[in-house]
Amino acid sequence: MTLFHRSLWFLASLALLVGLIWGWQILADARVLPRAFFPGPDLTWRALKRGVANGSLLSDTLTTLRRMALGWALASLIGVALGAFVGTSAWARVWIAPMFEALRPLPASAIAPVAMLFLGLTDTMILTLIAFGALWPMLLTTVHGFSNIHIRRREVATSLGLSRSAFITKIALPGALPDIMGGLRLGLTIALILVVVGEMVTVQGGLGARILLAARAFNAPEIFAGIAVLGVIGLLTNAVLSLVETYALRWQRR
Amino acid sequence: MTALKGLVLPIGLLIVWQIAAMATGMQSDTLAAPDGILVALVNGLTSAPFWVDTGDTLAAGGMGLALGFSVGAGAGILFALVPPVSRILRVTVELLRPLPSIAIVPIALLIFGFGYQLEVAIVAFATCFPVLVLTESAVRQVEPRLSEVARALGLTAWARITKIVLPAVLPRLFVALRLAAGIALIVAITVEIAANPIGLGSRLLRAASSLRPEDMFATLFWIAFLGWALNWGMLRLQSWLFPAMSRSER
Repeated sequence: MTLFHRSLWFLASLALLVGLIWGWQILADARVLPRAFFPGPDLTWRALKRGVANGSLLSDTLTTLRRMALGWALASLIGVALGAFVGTSAWARVWIAPMFEALRPLPASAIAPVAMLFLGLTDTMILTLIAFGALWPMLLTTVHGFSNIHIRRREVATSLGLSRSAFITKIALPGALPDIMGGLRLGLTIALILVVVGEMVTVQGGLGARILLAARAFNAPEIFAGIAVLGVIGLLTNAVLSLVETYALRWQRR
Repeated sequence: MTALKGLVLPIGLLIVWQIAAMATGMQSDTLAAPDGILVALVNGLTSAPFWVDTGDTLAAGGMGLALGFSVGAGAGILFALVPPVSRILRVTVELLRPLPSIAIVPIALLIFGFGYQLEVAIVAFATCFPVLVLTESAVRQVEPRLSEVARALGLTAWARITKIVLPAVLPRLFVALRLAAGIALIVAITVEIAANPIGLGSRLLRAASSLRPEDMFATLFWIAFLGWALNWGMLRLQSWLFPAMSRSER
């Protein structure tokens, strides 16, 4: 398919989306859809504008973004470091890795009540929740990437007399990077989900608390506005990480 | 032998935890000793409400999975066999896909209220997109010669799907089901913690907010066990049904 065809299809696809939103508006105006649940794009837009005008939407968005970024960064640091340790040590792979594997299917949000009990309804609790939940994919993909380093490269490292830290930074880390990037991306998705869960449970500001409170007040336009912002956050963070991934792995395509 | 080595660390940690709890004579609203947790777990496993909660979570998650998987797989097959549909819906799907499923809880709460429907809807939404993506790519990778055979035989579209496409993608469809089942359990528990007052997630939250750490940790371990057992069972089922697939995945 040529570039021309592709952009034509993209435009058509965009037009369909606009059409769907327009159809939603028509159905909402005709009162076919219950207005209490599906308030229509116009009311959602008005709620968005109101939120931006009085600053509350912006500050909630920033709160959510800050928590998400901090928790994710924390999880990435711990996950990659711990993963590098486990992945380069045959001893740790036998004795420690099975416990990580067994813990992986545990729903991260199940930690929320435990974190709540220890840390109360606080910012720290939300960060802990995100860091704990987003840790696993990074840890496991890093371990996977490190244990799949080709045996020849290990031999090269040994014959060059590289120290363990030199082996990690010069050979293992670049080799494991594709796996690690996958883990970072998965972790980001989990971080976004968990920040919303954490904010819904603690009701300490942020978009999660905002849409939950809106639901309690039966304020559907406010919910849709919040969902729209969360969708944009998901879309943008994913797109940025994809760009970083393409850049960091550009050597792979050669 | 290696499997046993993996057990050493968790069991060692539990023993250290138990000794520390006994040595300090711990009385706490937040921490519990392993023996107390074990007693709570046994009490739970022999009481009806515990199983009602487990049943609620599994039923809501299972129904959501069934719905989400059917919609996702159906749409995936349609998207792959009729490329224009896939192209015209691309922007809409790509916009909805990264939306965290938990974000639509409030609106589903307004529509359905508390209960099964709320949870089923969220689980279905969360599982449908990964299944769609995996199914679409699986159907696209069906050997082109098979499609040529179908055309040469003059098969109808329906016969082509049931006789050629479905058998060819069945192993990868099962992988999609396995991954979606994991997501379904996670999302079901998450919805129960965030909003829905039924099931194990809500039990966990109740135990935490009424300061019963034994119950809380017992429920947590039970949830962890369910997640592990689900994953293990699906993997075993996969290697039993599709031995070739499991070998190539390793």
